[in-house]
Amino acid sequence: MSNTNTDIHTAQKPVSADEMLHSAARSRTFITGSEAVAEAVKRANVDMAIAYPITPQSESMHLTGDLYAQGYIGDYYRAENEFAVMAAIHGASLGGGRVFTATSGPGTLRAMEMFPVWAGSRQPIVCAFMCRGVALPPSIQPETIEMAFLLDTGMIMFHAENAQDYFDFILAGYAIAEQPEVHLPVGVFADGFFVTHTREVVMLPPDDIKLNVYDPTFAPIPPFDMEHVPMRMVRDPLLNKSNFVSYAASASWHQEVLAAAERARKHINHYMGGLIEVENPDADVMIIASGTAVSQSREAIRAMKDEGINDVGLIKVKSVRPFPEKEIEQATAKASLIIVPEFNVGGWLSREVKASIDNNKRVAPGPRVFGGASMPSEIIIGEIKKYRQ
Amino acid sequence: MSKKIITPVKEFEEFLTPEYKELIANGPYNRDKPTTVDDLGTFYEMTGPHPHCAGCGVSLAIRLGLASLPAPEDTIVIGTPGCSYFALTQSTLNYSCTAFGNQNSVASGLKRMLKVRHPDKQKDVLVMVGDGGVADIGLDNTLHSWFRGENIATVMLDNEVYGNTGGQESGMTTEGTVLNMAPTGKKFPKIPMFELAKTSGCVYAAKVTVASPKKVGETIRKAILVAREIGPTYVQVYGPCPTNLKFPPSKTIEAAKDGEKSYYKYEEYMTDGAKEYLNRSKA
Repeated sequence: MSNTNTDIHTAQKPVSADEMLHSAARSRTFITGSEAVAEAVKRANVDMAIAYPITPQSESMHLTGDLYAQGYIGDYYRAENEFAVMAAIHGASLGGGRVFTATSGPGTLRAMEMFPVWAGSRQPIVCAFMCRGVALPPSIQPETIEMAFLLDTGMIMFHAENAQDYFDFILAGYAIAEQPEVHLPVGVFADGFFVTHTREVVMLPPDDIKLNVYDPTFAPIPPFDMEHVPMRMVRDPLLNKSNFVSYAASASWHQEVLAAAERARKHINHYMGGLIEVENPDADVMIIASGTAVSQSREAIRAMKDEGINDVGLIKVKSVRPFPEKEIEQATAKASLIIVPEFNVGGWLSREVKASIDNNKRVAPGPRVFGGASMPSEIIIGEIKKYRQ
Repeated sequence: MSKKIITPVKEFEEFLTPEYKELIANGPYNRDKPTTVDDLGTFYEMTGPHPHCAGCGVSLAIRLGLASLPAPEDTIVIGTPGCSYFALTQSTLNYSCTAFGNQNSVASGLKRMLKVRHPDKQKDVLVMVGDGGVADIGLDNTLHSWFRGENIATVMLDNEVYGNTGGQESGMTTEGTVLNMAPTGKKFPKIPMFELAKTSGCVYAAKVTVASPKKVGETIRKAILVAREIGPTYVQVYGPCPTNLKFPPSKTIEAAKDGEKSYYKYEEYMTDGAKEYLNRSKA
């Protein structure tokens, strides 16, 4: 049943993403990352959300369900598995409204087939990923390996360091995803448990405002609601056709998805203050990190300062897709050693960095933790000292 | 979709293709009385050349079904990869086909969103896919959409084989049939989808073959009507596949008739609520 309890929803004043993210006065709260996700959804003017339980994602979608019960969301249900969720979210988005869902690790992999469909269908879906391990032996612990699998799905990918980022990136995600020249899905990632299950200070705008309603008439593809001029999409379907025109049409469609992600860069700069953040840009040693590895790196830098080591800088990667190649190249121009601490065994961020810079022998292969291990600042410091000798 | 949306302004008319002009003049949209299978041949929509094999039972079932929509101007079709894709993409209806087997989930999300965005309009969401899509790879999504009571009509185009991938056994293949991936014959009977529909929440279900074209049209029309307000519905249409079941393309109707006489007998099931709704909408 779609929601009829829309009193609260309609009482919220619709505002631009600029007002929501940049000019609305904020007040201090002390909440978990899951709660920060729900606070973002509450202000996002979401038409429909679909849920399926998996640790550590579940709480955010419980709270999203509560928002539906309170009248903030048009429709909400629990589906039968993650593939079904992502398929139904695709269907809901085809219908021309704003949607939200979330998942974690194995759920991400279960739903995998749908993510390139979202991108190929040019849908501005925002999905939160609470990253966790996926490997044998089974792990529910924090790990960011699922991000590696998603790098070439055509999705835009942001990695939140903390609950504040999670709140801001989800709302910015809608603003960026819905730009007519972008119109791509946005995955907003955070490290499970570390961000979702811990409480921290989050500055929130008032909850009596919400983003302006999503207008599908600005989309590159009209919604599937039979409110448009009828047309035959194709004479002969591209699928299964072995001829040059089919190949060229399919390839140019793919190129346009990638071009749309490139066009997102200026909007990421506008709504998120850049694809990266840099501290101590002239340092000899640069730590490049995303997610909670950034926080651990900050702590390592603080501890090293106590020891009198002051030439260590930090690059926080906020946007993983599009990847900030030029920004990283520039910010590492003076570094002789680059350290990439990661919460996964594959080292996808390290590979991305190596592919973006000159003289990539400067990049040390770690430290990496996985399977539930935490990343104490000591192992980051240890890595720096090891490679400096 | 109102007639106004599809009618071109006078100044623009001369630039439109003959097919579009024909669609507006003769097509199935916005008629006072919706088309039926009897009207096939009086308009171009869905009756033009298609890339299916000669004698394809699935393409026939699609034509019969799409000629019988109660409100084509407000019907969205959700499909899945397979042979059905070929004819359905040539319709002017909004048609989407993405990952194999996801159709009833896509339709669930779409139907609900259309209710949110168009609360005052009746938008029909029709799932039209093959037997592999419904009974094998998409079985969980299909059943769960029925358990949840989604307002969607599901039509299985049952050719008893994976046709488009080159003739492999499906769950709807008859027992003993030798096909690719069943080199010594299928080891278990057809999946009882009709029975599953009845026990899984469908308020209307029917089993028909393309040998009875009017019944195909009538059952699909009823399924779409009932799905609007009463609950999920299911129609299973047998459309034999000459290419993979190895019979001459001219014998498709004969094969369907044989089925209708033996294991594919006409069956129709509906709840009292569905019956009452159909009587009401006739009045």
